[in-house]
Amino acid sequence: MPIDVLMPALSPTMTEGKVARWQKQEGDTVAPGDVIAEVETDKATMEVEAVDEGTLGQILVPAGSENIPVNQPIARILEEGESPDALEQAPAAPEQGGDGPAPAAQEAPTEGAPAQPQPAPQQPAAPAAPQAATPAAGDPPMGETRVIAMREALRDALAEEMRRDDRVFAIGEEIGQYEGAYKVTQGLLAEFGERRVVDTPITEHAFTGLAVGAAFGGLMPVLEFMTFNFAMQAIDHIVNSAAKTRYMSGGQMASPIVFRGPNGPPPRVAAQHSQCYASWYMHVPGLKVVSPYSPGDAKGLLKAAIRDPNPVVFLEHELLYGNTGPVAEDPGYVLPLDRARVERAGDGVTLVAYSRAVQTALDAAEQLAHEGIEAEVINLRSLRPLDAGAITASVQKTNRVVSVEEGWPVAGVGAEIAAVVNERAFDWLDAPPARVAPADVPQPYAANLEQLAVPSAEDVADAARQVCYRA
Amino acid sequence: MATRGNKSQSGKGKQQPPKPPEPSADELQRYYRDMLLIRRFEERAGQLYGMGLIGGFCHLYIGQEAVVTGVQSLLTETDSVITAYRDHGHMLACGMDPKGVMAELTGRRGGYSKGKGGSMHMFSVEERFYGGHGIVGAPAPIGAGLAFAHRYRDDGGLCTCYIGDGAVNQGQFYESLNMAALWNLPVVYIIENNKYGMGTSVERASATTELHQRGRAFEVPGRAVDGMNVLSVREAGYEAVQHARNGNGPFILEMKTYRYRGHSMSDPAKYRSKEEVQKMREEHDPINQLRQRLLDDGVVTEDALKEVDREVKNVVTEAADFAQSSPEPDPAELYTDVLAEA
Ligand SMILES: Cc1ncc(C[n+]2csc(CCOP(=O)(O)OP(=O)(O)O)c2C)c(N)n1
Ligand SMILES: [Mg+2]
Repeated sequence: MPIDVLMPALSPTMTEGKVARWQKQEGDTVAPGDVIAEVETDKATMEVEAVDEGTLGQILVPAGSENIPVNQPIARILEEGESPDALEQAPAAPEQGGDGPAPAAQEAPTEGAPAQPQPAPQQPAAPAAPQAATPAAGDPPMGETRVIAMREALRDALAEEMRRDDRVFAIGEEIGQYEGAYKVTQGLLAEFGERRVVDTPITEHAFTGLAVGAAFGGLMPVLEFMTFNFAMQAIDHIVNSAAKTRYMSGGQMASPIVFRGPNGPPPRVAAQHSQCYASWYMHVPGLKVVSPYSPGDAKGLLKAAIRDPNPVVFLEHELLYGNTGPVAEDPGYVLPLDRARVERAGDGVTLVAYSRAVQTALDAAEQLAHEGIEAEVINLRSLRPLDAGAITASVQKTNRVVSVEEGWPVAGVGAEIAAVVNERAFDWLDAPPARVAPADVPQPYAANLEQLAVPSAEDVADAARQVCYRA
Repeated sequence: MATRGNKSQSGKGKQQPPKPPEPSADELQRYYRDMLLIRRFEERAGQLYGMGLIGGFCHLYIGQEAVVTGVQSLLTETDSVITAYRDHGHMLACGMDPKGVMAELTGRRGGYSKGKGGSMHMFSVEERFYGGHGIVGAPAPIGAGLAFAHRYRDDGGLCTCYIGDGAVNQGQFYESLNMAALWNLPVVYIIENNKYGMGTSVERASATTELHQRGRAFEVPGRAVDGMNVLSVREAGYEAVQHARNGNGPFILEMKTYRYRGHSMSDPAKYRSKEEVQKMREEHDPINQLRQRLLDDGVVTEDALKEVDREVKNVVTEAADFAQSSPEPDPAELYTDVLAEA
């Protein structure tokens, strides 16, 4: 059988082309790689190379022919030893007209569902995206506890996991000899040595890529960003290299890695050191995103994050590092990475917050209690997946919701919460969801402006009064 | 971290670089076969692209076959490999199944990534091929990280990290060289200098064009190599691999090579002359060079080579058939492999 040479699609958008010139004539021998023709596409003139060996038996489309649809035979090649009589058989008809993308395989599929021609994306009956979460169950019992600061809780979590598994190591700027810019990694170098507590140069882009490579190679890095503001230098590796690779590899590759460090605005450091990145990372499938509020959260969540086989973005807050609270003594104690926690029960209004904003919400709840409004305060803990079940259950009880965050309002965490409530609890709402977020400006330096920018308990209480129509 | 100061001082002074043992007749024939497989595979991929069976971006490796064939011939079972998006040749050289690679190009169930990655994003943990990355420069630190993991586990392995002449101008390459040198990581950076990054020649992109010297600021040794000759590649690769494996840290090989086709399938390559391409094809083609040498030295007969040609052709035909008959992914696959179950 002679081999048909088809009009090739030489760009993703090409549907037809012009045969500008034949470089080989009928009777010429051709070898793979030989240029046989020139084709004008919608964008440029391109060379068509032979893929098969043989003799150019017949030119079906003379030079100068225009509007030849992609995949129409333009010539036929006779294989070694094949007689020109074989050309008597008609060439296969073009499979499809000129418009629309080129058709694909004609062979019958060998197994399972029929192979659909591509590239025209079929509209499969896509299964519904998995939905998160039944309502929050209580935390597992903590057993023996000890009251320590969040910074110690984080250090203990890391140390316990490093003792438990040699694949776990810490990497970042100033984490070893200096023991952490915020002193979270105190004592780790002394216990684990330079092999497992790695001080890096100031080189976020590449040390993040390096850590992802180490995770590909079977290790479990816990990477510290001195603050998440500097992770913008490295976000390509967090998103493109760590988050997407499992999917892109069809499930073969894993990046078990934790990206941790302080996030959000500490006082008086102004715009470049004060951003909250929660909504940025929450946007990305393939990541888990958590943000602890209490020392107990911090220890249980960090241990779970380190053990988790996925990349986890772990957003801490400088202003919470010194806060103390009970943590579980049991090194086996971990918290689930997909559950919110109800920090204060109430039936008047739901306040949804994470990280330091949980404190702001609790302070507001105190004020509201004096006015006879009992607020329920939800500490999200996990931002991706978002515990939509916990939020919905609370709103079904209170019929009112206010989100509180330290990240900008536009496309922020609050926007997502409002969407979740509208989708899942619309009929229970007695007022539109309200959002409390910082002013939509870069963080100012001046003390008075800064105070105006960051949400206060008073701002939250005001929003709560509004959704309760008590303003 | 053991840093530079602790590193062994071997390789100091002006010693002759170590040379690999002479390749046996079998090895020579295998290089021929491996290069030919890449060539024929890529030609077929180009054809399937033309038929609309492969979508999006498709970057062919035709012309550069000697580079990956020569370097990979020196590696052991523990070593790891990473490159960017011009990756089909690397996967074949790592021993990955041409069927699975081609089926990934066509976006089918039988592809290495079950059809979810495509030409630029393919992996095989089994063959220690870690991608397949679409972001120019990203493999440089990831490769250093794979080397870090070899060192951490002390498994004797090293990483070969392939990077383009365009990619070497990314900052993360230098950040990686710094860390790799600082910590003596066993990584060999192979710069595939094919003279262009898309349509921009090295001269128009690089203030200094001796790319093998790009490690100087970190005292990373480098060597320029005729990347069109598989035996030159093998010889230089041997020095680099020995260097890294013996705990001396990173090494740079600049492979002077050439891609015959456009940057991707839709590139008409107007930035270079036909004569330039023709000259490389006629005078420096890696496969013809080795073929000639095998015949001249009487290592093989013309008939034996024909047999290799036939065998390779069959492998590629099988791969292309499989890539067309393997079904598209099940729609249920849309939501799988995003996260691992904890
Ligand atoms: C970060 C980034 N910038 C730009 C691109 C678009 N791009 C893809 S390939 C390429 C050229 C790279 O050339 P080179 O490194 O020489 O590799 P070659 O294609 O020659 O193998 C560019 C600019 C990209 N994929 N990633
Ligand atoms: Mg290049």
